[in-house]
Amino acid sequence: MKAGVIVFPGSNCDHDAWYAINQNLHGQAEFIWHDSTDLGGFDAVVLPGGFSYGDYLRCGAIARFSPVMNAVKKFAAGGGLVLGVCNGFQILVEAGLLPGALLRNIDLRFICREVTLRTETADSPFTSKLRKGQLLHMPIAHGEGRYFADDRTLDELEAEDRVAFRFVGNPNGSARDIAGILNRERNVLGMMPHPERACDALMGSTEGLGIFESMLSAVPSFAK
Amino acid sequence: MTITPELIEQHQLTPAEYGKIVSLLGRHPSYTELGVFSVMWSEHCSYKSSRIHLKKLPTRGKHVVQGPGENAGIIGIGGGWVVAFKIESHNHPSYIEPFQGAATGVGGILRDIFTMGARPIAVMDSLRFGPLTKPHNLRILSGVVGGIAHYGNCFGVPTVGGECVFEECYSANPLVNVFALGVCKDNEIFYARASGIGNPVIYVGAKTGRDGIHGASMASAEFTEESKQKRPNVQVGDPFLEKLLLEACLEAMKTGAIVAIQDMGAAGLTSSSCEMGSRGGVGIDLDLDLVPQRESGMTAYEMLLSESQERMLLVAEKGREDEVFRVFKKWGLDAVTIGVVTDDGKLRIRHHGQVVAEIPNPALADEAPRYDRPHGTKPHRKAPLDAPEIPASKDLNADLLRLVGSPDLCSKRWIWEQYDYTVRTNTIAGPGSDAAVVRVKETDTSIAMSLDGNGRYCYLDPREGAKLAVAECCRNLATTGAVPVAATNNLNFGNPERPEIMAQLVEAIEGIAEACEFFEAPITGGNVSLYNETLGEGIYPTPVLGIIGLMKTAIPAPVQFRSEGAEIVLLGGFGETDDVRFGSSEYAKVVLNQLWGLPPRLDMDYEKRVHDAVREILAAGLAESAHDLSDGGLAVALSECCTSALGAQVTVGGIARPEFALFGESPSRILVITRNPGRVREIALFYRVECPAIGVTMKERLRIGNEHGMWIDLVTSDLKQSFENGLPRLLSQPLTNAG
Repeated sequence: MKAGVIVFPGSNCDHDAWYAINQNLHGQAEFIWHDSTDLGGFDAVVLPGGFSYGDYLRCGAIARFSPVMNAVKKFAAGGGLVLGVCNGFQILVEAGLLPGALLRNIDLRFICREVTLRTETADSPFTSKLRKGQLLHMPIAHGEGRYFADDRTLDELEAEDRVAFRFVGNPNGSARDIAGILNRERNVLGMMPHPERACDALMGSTEGLGIFESMLSAVPSFAK
Repeated sequence: MTITPELIEQHQLTPAEYGKIVSLLGRHPSYTELGVFSVMWSEHCSYKSSRIHLKKLPTRGKHVVQGPGENAGIIGIGGGWVVAFKIESHNHPSYIEPFQGAATGVGGILRDIFTMGARPIAVMDSLRFGPLTKPHNLRILSGVVGGIAHYGNCFGVPTVGGECVFEECYSANPLVNVFALGVCKDNEIFYARASGIGNPVIYVGAKTGRDGIHGASMASAEFTEESKQKRPNVQVGDPFLEKLLLEACLEAMKTGAIVAIQDMGAAGLTSSSCEMGSRGGVGIDLDLDLVPQRESGMTAYEMLLSESQERMLLVAEKGREDEVFRVFKKWGLDAVTIGVVTDDGKLRIRHHGQVVAEIPNPALADEAPRYDRPHGTKPHRKAPLDAPEIPASKDLNADLLRLVGSPDLCSKRWIWEQYDYTVRTNTIAGPGSDAAVVRVKETDTSIAMSLDGNGRYCYLDPREGAKLAVAECCRNLATTGAVPVAATNNLNFGNPERPEIMAQLVEAIEGIAEACEFFEAPITGGNVSLYNETLGEGIYPTPVLGIIGLMKTAIPAPVQFRSEGAEIVLLGGFGETDDVRFGSSEYAKVVLNQLWGLPPRLDMDYEKRVHDAVREILAAGLAESAHDLSDGGLAVALSECCTSALGAQVTVGGIARPEFALFGESPSRILVITRNPGRVREIALFYRVECPAIGVTMKERLRIGNEHGMWIDLVTSDLKQSFENGLPRLLSQPLTNAG
């Protein structure tokens, strides 16, 4: 049993997620091509970062029509764990698996930087190994990561404890400093920062590993 | 069409060159053939002015697997792995259309890397612009940085370092030099050498359009007022398509059905086919009707000279085409057989059933003219040799704040934060480090890399300036603990038909040759960009060196201070500066607004011993942090080591003038911060290198003086603010919550 990393044309953090799960987490990950229609056999699915289909349109707007996205929706509806990072978060939002939208950064430039996140809830299969309030350091690298939703949605996210992470020092203008959110069932997480880039001491931080470790403990079968 | 003298001139061919074409063909060329010759014999493609001098560069070394002559150089890194790397310029296109010009520059160099079978894992850029006080330079800077970010980020390669300098001479001639590096297994290298008579020639990637026709010739001429109308000569890049092309090419290579492969860069279809044919000693027959086309009604001339991006040409094993097609189909890309390898050594082009060009491959690729252009004169320079009266500084604190916030020396965060420098999770040391370091996951080896060039130094003395650039790159590598193994260079110069410019080029090449030989960093490839002149005004001679080194994978000592009370040792000593050599310094530029004299004096033997010493100090774990001195001298280097929490108390001995001691740019010096100065001294003594202990780290202040008094006394947060705000202030674009 294993985690699947979906490869859209233009995904470019697919290998990083694969490496983090296989080498740093000592889990088991395999690539899933974007035209797959069956996610049977996977315990968790990762939508990696990148520029799916070039993102020449709104980010993720094309990828959501990929054949694999129907399978992802079914997988999520069945309770499977779905993690979307960066472009993966954008795709999940476009696909309607998470609410809101990701707009261009407030200063209209791409930003690559190490940021500090505050863990807002430990009550999810992605954050169970973290403490509420725990600070995590990991990189962001995006041009369109400014989380936006109407006030009612934002209130609802907060009331239902679905804000997983907030930025400490908002880099991109995200509403209420939001860096990552959960769906209502808490089995889908989308986040702009890159936990897979913070799983190896050589990269300067291993504080992203906690997210993958939480997933591992939720579905122990994807340990090697 | 009749070939007239006017037509020949329009193709930037001289009457003598035309005569040579006629004798090589044994007849007059057709219009299409004239076009083909004009690009292949352009300065950009043929290196006709520089080739005889480039031969002086050292190209062999124990790590070199492939030297110059292929799409990229290749170096063995051990464990069955190699790296392919090269630097290339896109200066002219970036002036005409900064965003796309720079973007396609990145695209071109990436293809050079993956056409060798190597997956790109790092990019760096060396940029030169005019002063940001002029709005048009701001526009070029924003466009170029945006273009590099757009292409590199989408493609998924980290941009891990580089340099950026501002000088009036680049106002109408910005320099955009992009370096790329990739990795592959040593038994999976691909070459651009066609072979196997009857093997199919397959076109893959983007469709051919009318874009970029004669780009190579444009890059081989000076700019005039009309150049701005050449915008259609600049191509438009599609990084997404390039990403697909990368994955498809690497996957297709794994099938074993590919014999040779080359990207279509300058002069597209023409150069890729005749160069592959020429290298393999075979002919290539192409049928243009089979080429995937984006527009209708294109002539053979247009198709052959198109520089549409994201295209490759490959030779496959006959009968195994389907294995190749299957892979490209999976990635949604065109792959079409458009020709065949023949035994007659000719490039034969058919269009609408007729042969429209038939040229011996070597005539295009190897028989291009070579010129020994006159250079028996002094290199061009207008700056005086003698020093002016150098006024005593009124306020050294203010001078230092001004220097660290000046465009050349300030933080380039505004630039590098727009680049994804952490994708692929290999970046151990990124932008802001002395050298960038990228690990190779499959081995325990990491690659350290540095780009450096100094136009001011080279303008004052091209030979010494070029040597100083090599020395600085090697010093950067040493300061991260790496041993230099190979180099690539980008020679940016003015019009070679002017003897005093040609003299600059020759002097610089000989300087690079001498230094690369000495530091054991053979040149494995590179690029020459000439005619960097607008309306008769040339740039400073600007050779840019890219040197790579190897090290065992580990996090290198950082630049910034880490704790209070550590000893600061100036490995290499205080160096020497006098009135004449101070004229090339950043202090002379920023504070005195002048340029005179000579670049700093370099003793290569001493420099190398400093490198050996620092590597040993680092390997022994004796350095908490380390930082090499370069532009701006000791005071600027110390400022860069400061954080808002940590500064230093430093006492300088020896030199009389505080300006020289603080801001002199004497090379061969590295700051080593240590808890064990005794052992550091032992190592330095062994290598016969000076190592005065100059101070200790302390809280929140930077103080520098001599035994008689204090010269600098600043709060480190003020220094940091000046350093970080330099570019945003000029761009009127504050950074959001910059770290």
